[in-house]
Amino acid sequence: MMTLKVNGREHQVDAEADTPLLYVLRDDLKLNAAKFGCGLGQCGSCTVIVDGQAVLSCVTPMVLLEGKQVTTLEGLGTIAEPAPIQRAFMEEQAAQCGYCIPGMMMRAQALLQKNSKPTDEQIRAELEPHLCRCGTHMRILRAVHRAARLMDTADASTTAKGSAR
Amino acid sequence: MNGPMMLDRRRVLAGSGALIVSFSLSSALAQQHDAPATAAPNPPGSLKTSPYLDAWIRIDANGAIEVFTGKAELGQGFKTAFQQIAAEELDVAFESLKVTTADTRLTANEGYTAGSNSMKDSGTAIQNAAAQVRALLIAEAARRLDQPEADLRTENGAVIAPDGKRLSYGELVAADMLHVQAQPSSKLKDPATFKLVGQPVPRVDIPAKVTGGAAYVQDMRLPGMVHARVVRPPSYGAQLTECDAAAVEKMPGVVKVVRDSNFLAVVAEKEIQSIKAMNALAAAAKWKETASLPKQDDLPNVLTGLPSQNTTIFERGDPAATGVKTIEAIYTRPYQAHGSIGPSCAVAQFIDGEMTVWTHTQGVYPDRQGIAEMLRLPPASVRLIHVEGSGCYGHNGADDAAADAALIARALPGRPVRVQWTREQEHAWEPFGPAMVTKLKASLDGNGRIVDWNFDVWSNTHSMRPGGAGSLLAAQHMTQPFAVPAPKPLPLPEGGGDRNAIPFYSFANARVVHHFIPAMPVRISAMRALGAYHNVFSIESFMDELAALAGADPVEFRLRHLDDRRGRDVIERAAQAFGWKADQKSAQDRGYGFAFARYKNLAAYCAIASEVEVNRETGRPRLVRAVAAVDSGQVVNPDGLVNQIEGAIVQSMSWTLYESVTFDDTRITSIDWQTYPILRFNAVPDSIEVHIINRPGQPFLGSGETGQGPAAASISNAIANATGKRLRNLQLTRKRIKEAIDA
Amino acid sequence: MRASARIIAGIAAVVLIATAATAFAIAWRPAIATIDPPGPQAFDTALVKRGRDLAAIGNCSDCHTLRGGKNFAGGLPVSTPFGTIFSTNITPDPDTGIGRWSEAAFRRAMRSGVNREGQHLYPTFPYDHFTNVSDEDDRALYAFLMTRQPVRAAPPENQLSFPFNQRLAIAGWKLLFLRHDTHRPDPKQSAEWNRGAYLVEGLAHCGACHTPRNALGAERVSAQFSGGDVDDWHAYAINEQSRSPVPWTADALFAYLREGWHPDHGTARGPMAKVVSNLSSVPASDVRAIAVYMAGVSDKPASARAEPNEAALARAGRAAQTNSAGASIYAAACASCHEGRRPLPYSGVNLSLSTAISSPDPRNLANIVLSGVDAVEGERSPIMPGFAASMNDEQASALLNYLRARFSEQPTWTDLKKTIADARRTQAVFLQTSPGPRNAPADPQQREKP
Ligand code: FES
Ligand code: FES
Repeated sequence: MMTLKVNGREHQVDAEADTPLLYVLRDDLKLNAAKFGCGLGQCGSCTVIVDGQAVLSCVTPMVLLEGKQVTTLEGLGTIAEPAPIQRAFMEEQAAQCGYCIPGMMMRAQALLQKNSKPTDEQIRAELEPHLCRCGTHMRILRAVHRAARLMDTADASTTAKGSAR
Repeated sequence: MNGPMMLDRRRVLAGSGALIVSFSLSSALAQQHDAPATAAPNPPGSLKTSPYLDAWIRIDANGAIEVFTGKAELGQGFKTAFQQIAAEELDVAFESLKVTTADTRLTANEGYTAGSNSMKDSGTAIQNAAAQVRALLIAEAARRLDQPEADLRTENGAVIAPDGKRLSYGELVAADMLHVQAQPSSKLKDPATFKLVGQPVPRVDIPAKVTGGAAYVQDMRLPGMVHARVVRPPSYGAQLTECDAAAVEKMPGVVKVVRDSNFLAVVAEKEIQSIKAMNALAAAAKWKETASLPKQDDLPNVLTGLPSQNTTIFERGDPAATGVKTIEAIYTRPYQAHGSIGPSCAVAQFIDGEMTVWTHTQGVYPDRQGIAEMLRLPPASVRLIHVEGSGCYGHNGADDAAADAALIARALPGRPVRVQWTREQEHAWEPFGPAMVTKLKASLDGNGRIVDWNFDVWSNTHSMRPGGAGSLLAAQHMTQPFAVPAPKPLPLPEGGGDRNAIPFYSFANARVVHHFIPAMPVRISAMRALGAYHNVFSIESFMDELAALAGADPVEFRLRHLDDRRGRDVIERAAQAFGWKADQKSAQDRGYGFAFARYKNLAAYCAIASEVEVNRETGRPRLVRAVAAVDSGQVVNPDGLVNQIEGAIVQSMSWTLYESVTFDDTRITSIDWQTYPILRFNAVPDSIEVHIINRPGQPFLGSGETGQGPAAASISNAIANATGKRLRNLQLTRKRIKEAIDA
Repeated sequence: MRASARIIAGIAAVVLIATAATAFAIAWRPAIATIDPPGPQAFDTALVKRGRDLAAIGNCSDCHTLRGGKNFAGGLPVSTPFGTIFSTNITPDPDTGIGRWSEAAFRRAMRSGVNREGQHLYPTFPYDHFTNVSDEDDRALYAFLMTRQPVRAAPPENQLSFPFNQRLAIAGWKLLFLRHDTHRPDPKQSAEWNRGAYLVEGLAHCGACHTPRNALGAERVSAQFSGGDVDDWHAYAINEQSRSPVPWTADALFAYLREGWHPDHGTARGPMAKVVSNLSSVPASDVRAIAVYMAGVSDKPASARAEPNEAALARAGRAAQTNSAGASIYAAACASCHEGRRPLPYSGVNLSLSTAISSPDPRNLANIVLSGVDAVEGERSPIMPGFAASMNDEQASALLNYLRARFSEQPTWTDLKKTIADARRTQAVFLQTSPGPRNAPADPQQREKP
């Protein structure tokens, strides 16, 4: 049994120290957003935020997460109350199949928390570990720019909602 | 393939809500018994094969409306487009209806979701069915109110009389009212009055996808579900000689090791346990392999050296027109992978002799047929339900994963079994887009007009999709294996390897020969645009070579040979939006390229202009910007259309610059993103612009595949323009470009 | 650079200034007259081609091209213990590049580190090696550079503190450290060996990274090839002090330099990645010559590590007997690839053979674990995720200690936490300036058949 803090809640999970976080999120906690894409750290689909940093959950064993806060896309907002990054992706219609999108959003979110006005170049460089097969890249870039603007203009109370530790 | 719906009373009654049940039941029974005999004379779209209106639209007493399509949402966004079309023709609010996609128990058999045909087949059927349902409701209201139909109008789910009296659709609909066959023609709305069609309605699937809602088959979690992993052979045809599974069976959480000859799988309670057990099982398995793969570096010769069935698919002659200058060229394409970001997945459950499979297949009915055959069950005992997967762009591992799940679930009756393929399995075992060779030869007359055109294309079939069990890996690997069915060329006008092989331009003399190669040394099947990707790449590259020979501007040269008005329109729009000028000069190390095609010569029109930068020292190419113009008939959702074309350009760029499947004499060696690199963010263009030419009232032409070929040729032409060197062998790697520059 | 070294450097510099001042007369160099840019047609294409290969061997683009910038336009910041020096524009632009340089001016720069105007150049431009380049090769290099795309771009001003900002000081440095003709053919050796020696000591300037430097930034001749520092990476010892568990052979070196990886040694990383990327495009005979010569330098492993390959390989299977946190991290984060069944280089090196793990300096291992290995755009290339975001310093050192204990016979590293903290700080800088490694194709021969 291990304790894991996800989206602000503590969970007791029956997992080994070497189990990658991805499987605990999906299998034990029944969360959908972190996706299995390769399990090898090559595609970015499984990205979540750990203590404010974007992390590939498929190569992050549980032993590394003691005392850390994990945030998944579910922790940012809901359909009814979307976080700025989620609103931005909806408004830009930034998805085709959408499978790669949650991972992209989490890395973008981590970036925007550190740097609220990233340049286009910085966004592209940051998203480098992520693959999208549908070719949604142009929209993903636009959505991240839009999210930056939304997060910038949102007042303190709403940003608190959409921020991940 | 498009047989009537096969349903029986018991299962239908066990199914969904009461009213729907009665519709389903009657429609099912009726279609089973009398559909072939009384099919209406040629109603539009898929109404031809599923003529009953209630196979498409059902309304219950509360006015709840459900629209059914036999097509599968693959991320193209058509579910939203269908909802727009249906709501438009029914005159109801967009939100008030629900679209249900491919399910062998609920929806019409529309074969595969492929070929950019969903709008044409299913969209058209839904549009006409909706219009006819609305007409029936008006007629019913007219009868009840005793008023002439012409005086009644519909609005927001109700029929309204001149005196303001409203009869809601729910009130009007009676048990079997919609169980009638479609008429050959419908009274469609005037496009000028469209409120929803033509609007960029936000996609219905996106909110769940960006908030972590359950959106994919990968996200399914049924009560009691177990996790399975398959251990695939290391190479085609490998035989399992030894496998001591005793230790694996004792591993924590392991429920069962399933072995059926060369089919090997393990099932565990938790996903991580199934992964660990898979690794252990893979280590325990010994295989005998045979070296059967062709020489990768000599692929074009391998292909043209294989026996082929040669058919002249087009011939036109005008002895009066003769050429003065002739050139020829050979273009090649390697095997390329669909490379879905999410490896294939399926869930299956076997209860009381009935198999249910949740799958991201593109064809629930054909796949059901294959799985039923493999399991030796009657098709009626197998139900396939489409659930979205990650984008597939053709026949990827989806059907195979569905078969895997079914085979394993049969061994564990009662328990839902989820099979998840690994990244390596997806890359090594998916059926690839076939390698191709084209040979072109053409002559110009003294006026710089093409007067003679010869086009030869060598290719495998472009579809080995299931129908029979032999197409499914699990069925090929089991003890009494099913043989891979003999490949067939896909018939024209759509075609397979010869899709878009016939020039859309008018040439005085032309001859096109399709060399169909039955032998398939590498596992292949349908990949987005099929042969059109390479044929358009070849034709449009060669058009530039000929334009250069004629000393003509590439855009003007194309227009010179094109009579089709709509074709000319997209070319002119793309050129103008790009800022194309006949005497243009690109900046240093940059080049401009142009290409055009009408997909399948009968669907959407697409022209793309692009600007490419080439680093002379490293050879590295970069697509800087692309401008496309598209005409896909009546536009339903312009933003959805733009999304499709943007995606097509970006994906085609990745195929064209970076991608080829690699193998040695025995194994596929491109098995992940290290060995099968695709586009990453640092190479994403600065901008992509898509201009739509809407054709109100014209048939829907679909758009999902129209951009692949033109994008490839446009980029290749721009590279040639930037470097002065023509590359004819895909993929156009940095290395090949550098070698060409240095040569 | 350590503080003590900085003090020594300061004292030495003052002495140097005095020396330099008295040496002014001999330090002065005249300008060489400008020429009208000759234009690309003025050069023979065969000569240009030869120059292209030589430029690749010289790794010219690595310093003279900013990542994502224009080829050979300079501007790359090179940080030295004395300040930051920016590489120059060596495109044929007449105003900001070398467009107005005659061949003689170019040759003088290569040979003596003096620019056309007569100014002394900082030895970050390795003329202490280039001085050995033959006239003929200088001509080819000149032809190659003069036929590149001219780019108008002036590099930023160097940021050096006094006295290092005095160009005259360089004359003193040269007096002390620049030796001409350090390479002489050895008639007892084969032509291939001699070719290799010529390249290694000259244009390829291997010692510039792999030889430690003294307080004034000059290579310590007595310690040639015993390991140096470059861009926050450790350039391994490539003489008898090499810690490579399996000794290098000429064949292994050849494959490594050309393909970027070798099963007994792993994949070229950090600054070496660009070197092998360049060497992949030059004539095989030259790379072979380099390999033959360097194998002679490194074929005498120090007795402490003279151990047969089998033993090193056998260690790979040794059970973990150290920290359990490190073992768990290893199992989930490393083993899935490093113990996977892929062919090299895509599975990562067999860690028992990793020089990084056996090296006395843990910097490279820390760099790789934290930053990973980025994909090369559009090319088959190994990818390794970086773990900087998922491991804190404590966890990273648990992992590194575990790797060290399990996969090497070497003593525990000391000061590991500090190394990791430093690596974390510098990785961002490195990622911006260093190019990615080159394509490393799968070799079907390497695949283990079951
Ligand atoms: S699934 Fe984690 S990076 Fe691909
Ligand atoms: S939207 Fe389909 S993979 Fe990115």
